[in-house]
Amino acid sequence: MAETVLETHGLTMRFGGVTASDNVNFKLKAGELRCLIGPNGAGKSTFFKCVTGLLTPTEGHVYMRGQDVTGWQPHQIASLGVGIKTQTPNVMDALSVHENIWLAARRFHNVSEAHGRADEIIDRLALGPIARTELGQLAHGERQRVELGIVAVADPWLVLLDEPAAGMSAQDVDRMTEIIHELTRSAAVVIVEHDMQFIRSIAETVTVFHQGAVLIEDHVDRVMSDPHVRAVYLGKNS
Amino acid sequence: MDLSFVILIEMLYAVASLVLISAGLAVVFGMMKVINLAHGEFMMMGGYATITAVGLGVNVFVAMLVIAPIVVGLIGLIVERLVIRHLYGRLVDTMLATWGLSLVFIGIATMIFGNTTTGISTPIPGFAVGDYQINGYNFFIIVVSIALVIAMFAVLRGTRAGLIARGTMQRSDMAAALGYSPDRIYMMTFFCGSALSGLAGAVLAPLVGLVPTSGGAYIAKAFITVIAGGPSLIAGLVSSATSFGLVSQIFTFAISPVIGEVALLIAAVILLRMMPQGITGRFFKGKM
Amino acid sequence: MGRSASQDVLITLVVSAVLIWVMPLLISTYTLTVLVIYGMLGLSLGLIWGFGGILCFGQAAFFGLGAYTYAIAAINIGESTVPMILAVLVPAVFATLLGAMMFYGRLTDVYLGVITLVVTLILFKFVNSTAGPQYVIGKARLGGFNGIPGFQTLNVPGDPDAYVWGDPFFYVCAVALVIVFLLVTWLLRSSFGRIAVGIRENEVRMGLMGYDVAARKTVLFAVGAAIAGLAGALFANWGEIVTPNLFSLGQSAEIIIWCIVGGLGTRLGPIVGAAGLAYLKFMLGQQSMVDNTLITGLILVLFVLFLPRGLVPAIASVLSSIFGRTKRRPNASRTRRARHG
Repeated sequence: MAETVLETHGLTMRFGGVTASDNVNFKLKAGELRCLIGPNGAGKSTFFKCVTGLLTPTEGHVYMRGQDVTGWQPHQIASLGVGIKTQTPNVMDALSVHENIWLAARRFHNVSEAHGRADEIIDRLALGPIARTELGQLAHGERQRVELGIVAVADPWLVLLDEPAAGMSAQDVDRMTEIIHELTRSAAVVIVEHDMQFIRSIAETVTVFHQGAVLIEDHVDRVMSDPHVRAVYLGKNS
Repeated sequence: MDLSFVILIEMLYAVASLVLISAGLAVVFGMMKVINLAHGEFMMMGGYATITAVGLGVNVFVAMLVIAPIVVGLIGLIVERLVIRHLYGRLVDTMLATWGLSLVFIGIATMIFGNTTTGISTPIPGFAVGDYQINGYNFFIIVVSIALVIAMFAVLRGTRAGLIARGTMQRSDMAAALGYSPDRIYMMTFFCGSALSGLAGAVLAPLVGLVPTSGGAYIAKAFITVIAGGPSLIAGLVSSATSFGLVSQIFTFAISPVIGEVALLIAAVILLRMMPQGITGRFFKGKM
Repeated sequence: MGRSASQDVLITLVVSAVLIWVMPLLISTYTLTVLVIYGMLGLSLGLIWGFGGILCFGQAAFFGLGAYTYAIAAINIGESTVPMILAVLVPAVFATLLGAMMFYGRLTDVYLGVITLVVTLILFKFVNSTAGPQYVIGKARLGGFNGIPGFQTLNVPGDPDAYVWGDPFFYVCAVALVIVFLLVTWLLRSSFGRIAVGIRENEVRMGLMGYDVAARKTVLFAVGAAIAGLAGALFANWGEIVTPNLFSLGQSAEIIIWCIVGGLGTRLGPIVGAAGLAYLKFMLGQQSMVDNTLITGLILVLFVLFLPRGLVPAIASVLSSIFGRTKRRPNASRTRRARHG
């Protein structure tokens, strides 16, 4: 029985009168790859932000490897060894690819080790030719890839990705899929995504959010053929 | 009894003068998200415009309430066309550029009027309440501030221009999409904001001797009041002017005017630390 | 960084040695001393603003605090070594407290500007109002708007009667600036400095990497304040009097102007901007045709509009295009982002 790396108990987030996340109980085992899907406004991103510390939940608890991390700051959560990628590319535009990745590695390693780790990741992600280029001059897909590099270089045991495939070309998505698969060898991965094609290509278990709550949690094929899920996605109220 | 009346008037006066000092800056910040650090100098120029006009034989109230706002409004218009409009969306750059402008205006005023204090006497005599002497002009300032707030409310609520202005405040891109040129709206806003600064400077001029550097005394207070007020124009202005005015007067009475000023500043620091979005960012979301 | 650390140090030492030798032949050392001190003050803001993205409207507060700490301590102690140390420590501690309050409150941009400006005003108003005899710290009367005159000026450590003044004082200030410059260079090359630049570029990302952004900004803010405090203490020695004007908003404005004109995101820019503009002001002070303030203001407006990157980066890019080297393209967006904290 694998260890539970991420767990939420009754996670609820309210904004004024709106309940964006409603009593979510979620469990993720080590090495698992899980996609969170749902239509716009289903509460995936709110859930993501509560887990990563960007928001403090109104009620409920978040546990990582058994430790209660509710209300922690993002940097404290990241320090545990959790890699986080937000929806829009969050990178240092005036710094080079190498510097971006080096900064991430430096958090957990000394200066020379960090250089070694950064070079290794740059090789693995085929970023070599642009390693000295400033991020501000790169295309969207490349920036997303660099951000995955920033996440990967820290050797996380839990990776949380918010819409990693958004706005990317088919070729970029393929490469992204490969990188994510590589990450799952050492880490549990949670992906918030809307792109069904991408999910089909990558996921096994998916959790469907609807109106802030978990609607269903099952294997991707069964979820896709579930009439309830289809209704939710097509906007019909069943 | 007399004392409490005097204190009440002083409190109202403190709040009113803060409203007056901050109104022009609040309009420009609320509408355009531009911090005009030359605001204090706009007030200073309003004062000089009044004194010059009075010197030329114009009635003092006409000079204060009509001539000063128009003159300063026009100066503001020129500033907007020459400098500000190149810097929209760059908050810090506009702050720096307007700070530079404030120095330019101080320099020009020094060259024209010299580095000496000029002033006009208060046009309304004082009167006594029991044993205490009250400055009649303070009443005038309270009245002007109340009229100003009502007028702003009426314009924003009751007129088409006000509707467009409120729309622009919330979503400038949407206003543009609906066919209202943001360029013109911003131009008008800056004119109005500058005119309000000119008015405030003119009305307050009789109370303080005027020197080219008098703007410095206003800008910090106005800046604090507006930022602490937060995104809602009128509610923010009134609520933060009230809180700061009360705090500073209480400490002024209890200890000394200097401590009153310091208390105001400390209150501002504490307030911003507790509510980084300003008072209305926290309590009056979405109102005007 | 194109050059290695030792090359950098060598170039700095050679250039500054030449300048320290040549400049006194051109300008009197009395004037030069204050230019050097302003250079150090400019560097203090250039460090936190240009590399840390912290726009402080109240750098003058730390300058004034350093000067007053020195004056008060010197009167009470009667020699200059301990007061010099205190003049660095007191502003640093003050900045740590203020910075922690601001950065843990996640205040940015305008709000940071308001608070630093307000704190400067509080200090100014308070010190200005301390004219009465009841405001005494030890043997030192604060003196309100008159300031504090007549304190012990710099002496050779351990010998209170051996004053350092005139030319030797200039050399002390110049060497102090070189040392501070080298320390800043070292800091920026270290992991701490590179992480600071990362935070300037993207706070959220650095937080998600696991860096405690608030703590790091607080430390950087304190380092800047310490440098400003040192400059303040040297200024007190130069002027032999400290007045509340050191805390004034005008002084804060000037520091910001130096950084803009010289160039943000460079170590040299703020120093060059400070010394250049202060010298210009000194020259302008000798004529009465055009008002001084007007020119300062005009320079600021024109730079923001037409040369927002500042002189040093502009000259560097001109030079590198002449010599055909494009190894580090200065990026216009870099300074813009830096300014927006």
